[in-house]
Amino acid sequence: MSIDLEVRTVSKRFGRFTAVHDVSLQVPKGSFFSILGPSGCGKTTLMRMIAGFEQPSAGDILINGASVLATPPNRRPVNMVFQHLALFPMMTVAGNVGYGLRRRGLPREDIARKVDAVLARVGLATAGPKRIDQLSGGQKQRVAIARCMVLEPTVLLLDEPLGALDLKLREHMKVELKQLQHQFGTTFVYITHDQSEALVMSDQVAVMNGGRFEQVGTPQDLYYRPSSAFVAGFVGDSQRWMATVTAADAGRLRVRTDSGLTIAATAAEGASIAVGARVEIFVRPEAIVLEPGGSPARSAEDGVNQFDGSVDSLLFNGAASRTLVTVAAAAAPGQRDTLAVALPAGLPTGGLAPGEAVRLRFPADRAIAFAAPSGAAPSGAAPSSAASETAS
Amino acid sequence: MSAPASIPVDPRRDGRRLALLLVATPFVLWILLIVVIPHVDLLLISLHEKVAPRVFKTGIRNYVEFFGEPVYVQALVRTVAMSLLATALTLVIAFPVAYYIAKLARGRARTALFMACLLPFWVSELVRVFGWMMILRETGLLSNLLIWAGITAGPVEFLYNDVVVMIGLVYTSLLFMVVPLISALDSLDDSLIEAGYDLGGNAVSILREVVVPHAMPGIVAGSIVVFMLTLGNYLTPTLLGGKSSQWFTAQIYTQFITRFNWEVGSAFGFVLLATSSLIVWIGLRLTGQSLSSTLGR
Amino acid sequence: MKSFQRLLAATAGLALLAIAHPAEAETLRLLTWGDYAPEAVIKKFKAETGIDVEVTISNNEDMISKLRATGGAGFDLAQPSQDRITGPQTEFGIYKPMDLSKIKAELFIPELLEAAKKNTAVDGKVYGVAHLWGTSGMVVDRAKAPDIKTFADLCKPEYKGKVSMRLKRTALLGMAFAAGDDPFAAYSDKAKYQAIIEKAGQKLADCKPNVKAYWTGSDQLLGMIRSGEIVASEAWDSTGFKLNGENASINFVAPSTGALGWIDTFALPAKGKNDEAAYKWINFVMKPEIAAQIVESSGSFSASKGSDALVSEKLRKSFQEAFPASVIANIKWFPAIPAGLEEMEGKILDRVSAK
Repeated sequence: MSIDLEVRTVSKRFGRFTAVHDVSLQVPKGSFFSILGPSGCGKTTLMRMIAGFEQPSAGDILINGASVLATPPNRRPVNMVFQHLALFPMMTVAGNVGYGLRRRGLPREDIARKVDAVLARVGLATAGPKRIDQLSGGQKQRVAIARCMVLEPTVLLLDEPLGALDLKLREHMKVELKQLQHQFGTTFVYITHDQSEALVMSDQVAVMNGGRFEQVGTPQDLYYRPSSAFVAGFVGDSQRWMATVTAADAGRLRVRTDSGLTIAATAAEGASIAVGARVEIFVRPEAIVLEPGGSPARSAEDGVNQFDGSVDSLLFNGAASRTLVTVAAAAAPGQRDTLAVALPAGLPTGGLAPGEAVRLRFPADRAIAFAAPSGAAPSGAAPSSAASETAS
Repeated sequence: MSAPASIPVDPRRDGRRLALLLVATPFVLWILLIVVIPHVDLLLISLHEKVAPRVFKTGIRNYVEFFGEPVYVQALVRTVAMSLLATALTLVIAFPVAYYIAKLARGRARTALFMACLLPFWVSELVRVFGWMMILRETGLLSNLLIWAGITAGPVEFLYNDVVVMIGLVYTSLLFMVVPLISALDSLDDSLIEAGYDLGGNAVSILREVVVPHAMPGIVAGSIVVFMLTLGNYLTPTLLGGKSSQWFTAQIYTQFITRFNWEVGSAFGFVLLATSSLIVWIGLRLTGQSLSSTLGR
Repeated sequence: MKSFQRLLAATAGLALLAIAHPAEAETLRLLTWGDYAPEAVIKKFKAETGIDVEVTISNNEDMISKLRATGGAGFDLAQPSQDRITGPQTEFGIYKPMDLSKIKAELFIPELLEAAKKNTAVDGKVYGVAHLWGTSGMVVDRAKAPDIKTFADLCKPEYKGKVSMRLKRTALLGMAFAAGDDPFAAYSDKAKYQAIIEKAGQKLADCKPNVKAYWTGSDQLLGMIRSGEIVASEAWDSTGFKLNGENASINFVAPSTGALGWIDTFALPAKGKNDEAAYKWINFVMKPEIAAQIVESSGSFSASKGSDALVSEKLRKSFQEAFPASVIANIKWFPAIPAGLEEMEGKILDRVSAK
């Protein structure tokens, strides 16, 4: 598998501020690669360096195996879909799509033919003569992609292009983008702060924080095998506790949370955690099994956590419904803890009512422990979907 | 002014109408007293033909006078041509300035640059023109500098030619072009320019296909203002142009003030008004803009 | 709507109040030339009569324009040249006749008073009395241009770009006299006059390369001569005397064909409101000692009897140098301009300026 884009130990400093710190990545041909991170993490700066609008302070960027540092943006075989699309309002749709071809000096007939072809491929065959302000948000999106794809770039960069769309359209465009990428077979590099966009569309995702890559892997890797507390917190929803280790045996831990629960957990891969260490525990909501209260108590198996509690409230959201369950900490009377539990599909919410007694169970290997940063609050703030990122 | 008697009038509505009337009165008076009435009066005067002392009849002889005398037609053509050239030069000079202020300068530098454009306008036009005269006259600063530097043997007269008139006009007009251009360029999203580069454009093509079309309303607005100001300018061409300035407004001035021939002066005024309206209309037509999209923004 | 009408009336009233002059102090609104009403004279007049004088500086054409615009209102006393009264009076009716009984005739040089009376009469009524007189000729830097003797000499090739003039009728008439014509004699014969001034206009046009810039105000002319940018110019004698005081080589030079003599007068605008003050001012400034003060400030000769004896030695020397008896005898006095002539002249001057 050949590598279309390679970034080698690239850093970018603005004065004393380091926006991108020693980042490396390789994007194989034809893959969908996402860079996921919160606002200000340096992902836009990284992308602008790939596009050629910023010059790295150190490191190298290679496209098709050749360094492009000396190549100005208008000569690089990469094109970019901008955050607000940056369609030219003074031109028609066809004018926008044909802009790059005109710059290459193609004959007029060839331009018209190629523009028509690419517009047909994005499903806008008749939109050529329209003005940009006559298009819907989704159509604009497709024009922006067509405008780049008609140039047949080696790599297409996309800078949070879905940020301006409403939720419904965003969900739809996620699928459509993925399909378009398949259709064109072009390498996509996509930056976003929305973990669900990254997970749904990507072959590979790099999670970026504070100018560095925290983890690079498939969406499944990130979700199930996060390599840091930040990734665990940033990618997907988690139940999370701060805890102190009370027993440790080759990665199998027993911890006591600050709220008083005793939990059997598993140390994250590569983390060495000793007794007495402060840890962060992450449990995915869907890893927790909810059983009716009063069902015959199973013997406390080794490696399975089991808590009795009562339903606090129901958060109905179709397939993504949650139940909030209040658990009393047995060891510390008076302390309570509230857990969010994914409602198993098929279990009618009508079957549960606030106040009802329930039992929660989850295996120890789904409770992952990371060493807590010394003296810090839980790391990895929950992803905020509203904030949009500007040049960091 | 009063409502017909048969319609019952709601006193509150009447009060509101009075309030509206009071608010609108200054504007209506302004338009009526300063714009409409004088122009109607001028039009009527321009149609007076002098028959004998204090005897007039209505007719278009004053207009015939204009078209029948090549001197006057030439003065108008020359004034229009020079004004168009001055507008074009002002645009060419103001555009990079405005682009720099709107797109490249930041913070304090931006304010300072804008102030530098504004500063000459803190003194009256007369003072500005005298400033130029002091620099450019035969015994002025520039001439003496050249002699001192050994570039010329004797004093050089820079005043009293078309080039210096053009310099003066452009200098006087610069601000009126820079301001609308800045406001037009300010609203141009930087990412459009980057997108242009990203898609293979260079500085020239982006300027032509993205920046200029976007700034077109500002360009046209600035050009209209500068053209009208230049066409109607009196001091700069008269003082800097000296014996050959031949500015049409000077002709109007001469007719009114030194010939006290208001009839012909008014006719000249209307010829100028018609000419400038026609040229602005043609300009809007050529650029595909409308008055509301440019000056009405 | 009643209230609106009241409001309108009140607004109009306020506006009128703002425009109207305060009633308590009596004022004389004087439309005159620069230096004709020095500050010191105004102060003395106020001390003697209690009347404030409001001066508006003007010139012949501007006076006519201003008075035409208002139909003769806005000023109580104007000072046009005697030849510029009958024409505008016939066309626009901007003046009212003088009551000569209110003028102290004994203060005037009789010949000048009579000449002005004759020249400003329309339908048997007199519209002007003489105040100051002087001539138009040339100012020449005799060190740099010793051979300029007539108007035509300004156009000698060696003075290319070195002379100036005012592009007004005086230049046209001066050129006509220099060509040997007598335009004043042709005033009554329009066809002949047209031919004369067309010829003179052609001469002015041919002379244009010699002209650095046509001067429009005496400050501009003074600037060009003082800096040495020009060596000679068509000018008033008073300008020459002023420069002679600064640089002995510069003085007024009367053309050998004769200097053109003018008399500035006092005339009453048709809608002047304070004729009494106007007459008081006339009789005040014609007193020899006051007249001498005005001569000193304006550089022009006064029609006031005995004032010449009171002017400074320096000014007297400049006069005597520029005006030996033979020159005075040769002065061509401007006759009153018949209506219509100025339009003919105007067109020719426009053509010269367009050349």
